[in-house]
Amino acid sequence: MRELTVEEIAGQVAEMCQEANIYLGEEEIKALTSALEREESAPGKEVLRQLIENVRIAREEKMPICQDTGFAVFFVDWGQEVHLVGGTLEEAINEGVRRGYREGYLRKSVVEDPLRRVNTGDNTPAVIHTKLVPGDKVKIRFAPKGGGSENMSTVKMLKPADGVEGIIDFVVDHVKKAGPNPCPPVVVGVGIGGTFDKVAVLAKESLLRTVGEPHPDPFYADMERRILERVNNLGIGPMGYGGRVTALAVHIEVFPSHIASMAVAVNINCHAARHRERII
Amino acid sequence: MEAKRLTAPISDEDILQLKAGDTVLISGIIYTARDAAHQRLVELMEKGEELPIDLVGQIIYYVGPAPAPPGKPIGSAGPTTSGRMDAYTPQMLARGMKICIGKGSRSEEVKKALQEYKAVYLAAVGGAAALLAKTVAKSEVVAYPELGAEAIYRLEVVDFPATVINDAHGNDLYEEGVKAYRREPAC
Ligand code: SF4
Repeated sequence: MRELTVEEIAGQVAEMCQEANIYLGEEEIKALTSALEREESAPGKEVLRQLIENVRIAREEKMPICQDTGFAVFFVDWGQEVHLVGGTLEEAINEGVRRGYREGYLRKSVVEDPLRRVNTGDNTPAVIHTKLVPGDKVKIRFAPKGGGSENMSTVKMLKPADGVEGIIDFVVDHVKKAGPNPCPPVVVGVGIGGTFDKVAVLAKESLLRTVGEPHPDPFYADMERRILERVNNLGIGPMGYGGRVTALAVHIEVFPSHIASMAVAVNINCHAARHRERII
Repeated sequence: MEAKRLTAPISDEDILQLKAGDTVLISGIIYTARDAAHQRLVELMEKGEELPIDLVGQIIYYVGPAPAPPGKPIGSAGPTTSGRMDAYTPQMLARGMKICIGKGSRSEEVKKALQEYKAVYLAAVGGAAALLAKTVAKSEVVAYPELGAEAIYRLEVVDFPATVINDAHGNDLYEEGVKAYRREPAC
């Protein structure tokens, strides 16, 4: 049995927190550059220019792309042949977050209680989704999730009869309502299927995909394209100033469904589509 | 389009020449305030007590910056969602605030109050936080240090870029800009 220490996990997690918040991924940068080529509105173009410049400055000055360095969300695929020593996975990840957010001068945006609202001071606890998988590797995916775009999220239990068109209308309508608030151009994460709780996790997980990478099933890849086109026809544009590019991509994740249900969740990510993945 | 330059204190004339969609560059002093600071300011107003800052002619930026790394005046500092400040904004305007800067749409009450008090709402580019931080030359906490990122800071900025969303004439870039680019579905 392979052994990993809490310290090893915490160290890797601390690095991931800083990297994700400071360096935007290459594909995400490309998506912004190609958006600038397509955008027609003058204020929209100016926004995209500032965003591209911002990514450059963040990298150079080692400052976070956005001051909202998010709730720390993790998806961990834990190989069943790995034994963690020195503590629990939760402790390891939270220690990594604590360190990464302190050492990277990242903002601490978590309050300890939703109503009494006292800041925990170290951006913990993280939200952790764990899956046990075969093998002796551990895959950790991390996304810092900003409040502005997270607040523009929704879940609805549609009827199976609503079909593809019902889902598309629901998603497009939701992006329209969100308008300028989630910092467009956005990435629209859509979960379809499963239960009320499962579908929200699917939508979140879809945001960890590299921006614009299509769903492997051509049926859903086609649906992603159709939603993207409809969303970009809304005219919201970069930052809602009006324009052609409202979304950079639409990502769908699906799960088997109950015969009576068709759950749909929309979780929006802003242009700062930050995420990192490591296999340990 | 040429950017309009603004420096506080802002006059009625400064405000009236601004139109939704204009690009502006702000230099000089701006103050930061988020939900918690707004709540405290408005509580003081309601009790008739003195405010820690004089709002007359001033610019308020809705931001909770990231911690300043060593050697820098401020950490990344992009705008936060303005809608959360809607409940407090009419009272802030009544006390003389002339410009507020954030991101996202405002309530009807805020838009009306902007016209009534001759004031404007600007948006800075959400998420362009490292770029906006670079325009900050100096920063200093002037009230509520215990609120951390939510304290009121006095920032000295140079060419801070923003766009007029709601002007004092009732125009709204979020509505007009979107109308200009909306394509109705084919069917
Ligand atoms: S929505 Fe995203 S880009 Fe906008 S402020 Fe929040 S984290 Fe930053």
